[in-house]
Amino acid sequence: MAVETAPLDASRYTWVVEKISSIVLRKRSPKWWYTTVMISGAFVCLLVVAIAYLFGKGIGIWGVNNPVFWGFAIINFVWWVGIGHAGTLISAILFLFKQEWRTAINRSAEAMTLFAIACAGLFPLIHLGRPWFAYWFLPYPSSTLLWPQFRSPLMWDVFAIGTYLTVSAIFWYIGLVPDLATMRDRAQNRLVKILYGIFSLGWRGSAMHWNRYEMAYLLLAGLATPLVVSVHSVVSLDFAVGIIPGWHVTMFPPYFVAGAVFSGFAMVLTILLPLRSALDLKSIITDDHVDKMAKVMLTTGLIVGYGYIMEAFFGWYSQNTYELSMIKNRMFGPYAWAYWMLIFCNILVPQLLWIPKVRRNALILFPISIIINVGMWLERFVIVVTSLHRDFLPSAWDLYIPTFWDYATYAGTLGFFFFCFMLFIRFLPMVSIFEVSELRYRHRHAEAEGAH
Amino acid sequence: MAEGVYGLVAEFDDPDRLIEAARRARESGYRRMDAYTPFPVHGLLEALGKRPTRLQWIVFIAAVLGGVGGYYLQYWIAAVDYPINVGGKPLNSWPNFIPVTFEMAVLVSAIVAAVVMFALNGLPQPYHPLFKVERFQRASQDRFFLCIEAEDPRFDLEETRRFLESLNPLSVEVVEP
Repeated sequence: MAVETAPLDASRYTWVVEKISSIVLRKRSPKWWYTTVMISGAFVCLLVVAIAYLFGKGIGIWGVNNPVFWGFAIINFVWWVGIGHAGTLISAILFLFKQEWRTAINRSAEAMTLFAIACAGLFPLIHLGRPWFAYWFLPYPSSTLLWPQFRSPLMWDVFAIGTYLTVSAIFWYIGLVPDLATMRDRAQNRLVKILYGIFSLGWRGSAMHWNRYEMAYLLLAGLATPLVVSVHSVVSLDFAVGIIPGWHVTMFPPYFVAGAVFSGFAMVLTILLPLRSALDLKSIITDDHVDKMAKVMLTTGLIVGYGYIMEAFFGWYSQNTYELSMIKNRMFGPYAWAYWMLIFCNILVPQLLWIPKVRRNALILFPISIIINVGMWLERFVIVVTSLHRDFLPSAWDLYIPTFWDYATYAGTLGFFFFCFMLFIRFLPMVSIFEVSELRYRHRHAEAEGAH
Repeated sequence: MAEGVYGLVAEFDDPDRLIEAARRARESGYRRMDAYTPFPVHGLLEALGKRPTRLQWIVFIAAVLGGVGGYYLQYWIAAVDYPINVGGKPLNSWPNFIPVTFEMAVLVSAIVAAVVMFALNGLPQPYHPLFKVERFQRASQDRFFLCIEAEDPRFDLEETRRFLESLNPLSVEVVEP
């Protein structure tokens, strides 16, 4: 491996600097990187085609029609936002709880958050029908003298997702600045040095700067924590404020937030398990980290499982004809396969995580993480479709069948997500260098004090 | 004061030694100095005798303004400029305005936290005299620096150099402006 970096002393806690920066600063990219970029890049092209065709023809090319107007766009929107939440949870909530193990994974999880929100935000926009009027959502003094309706959860969504994307980007960039300075100082190529120099803003690690930096980081973590809970609560209110059977439930906000964290951690594992083998990062992202992530998945999976049981219970306990027939339709109707698949994926399979050996075995954990991703997608499918396709009047019932363009758009966003992530690991340090160095220094310090 | 000199910078290989050096420099009467480290080192600020930041109060004010502004925006739209009577319900339907009020408080305070942090730090700053010191590249990697600036009234090129060398650094170098 041709590493284009200056040698450092073999000091006890800074080998991390060398290790992580060398992933970015080497001259050649590995073959698997080109392969992944090309495959995911092809799907980005498919996304462009799908959106271009959509803008030309209108949303009639999708399977949405009376009575199911929400279809894939809303399913994928909720799914992607949920995936994004793990990144914020890892970077903000675990930071406030002083969970030091987060430093190995927070940078990549935050990047994942950004790309996931970008995919999520796309869906409501292209679902608008006339997406070139998307700016009508914003409260600006228009010549029509109209204002948005702030009593609608859809407006709350605009503000929640917009704030979430902005705050996640700020949080991610602030975390990157000291590491970009490290990259600037380690790069040998003049152009690379200048580019990292521009984005590191002239960071020089002054004591006073670090003090303000740490305060800003702490405040952002404190702001992002309630934010992430509010975002998925607002997403769930898009459903719960409606009076559609199966949606009008007070349990939705916490149940959605738990599901979001569940699917987000599954996606973190789906990405990081292969990457840490490919980039030889097992000494930084250790089995302990994977074990802890699996425990979070198990916990949130149980909360989600409780949610499914309560949904069925509400249907029966309400003794409301529509609620009761909705839950019966969900379990035994035309989409029963999706319901039972999601029970299998989200309740049964995660029970394997009780076994410590499973939590540390990447070969078993990787398929489990994919199964959970599938299960959480099916959950949103079941919530959106089974409630809508048979609501109140049997004469208005119909089936929802997605078309090729539904699948193409969804696959396209998956490609976009992995494409962005591949670019991220090639051009930016994927583990927070300064935080891992600091952690190693503090551990060494604690050991030295224990020895006295 | 020495002409044509920004200061003297000493290099250490350990954060604890840097804290000790900063403390001794302060005891010797130096005030205009700064320390540079690859990661935040706690206790360094106190050793340098600098006051911790009050950024949190600025961000708190931003959060209050963002929240109040967010609420007022909705109130003004829904109850003043474009009132729509929905089944005789109150125009100022405050529970419906809570989510956006909250999001605006978070949005404004997050932007202010980031912008004010960089502004107080004087960043972006593409040039700094220390960047001319070859060894200072290690300040973002694995070395810890203490720089006594020439503006310090007690600064004397020879005497300060002798003092810094008495702290057992890896190197002491002159920083040109």
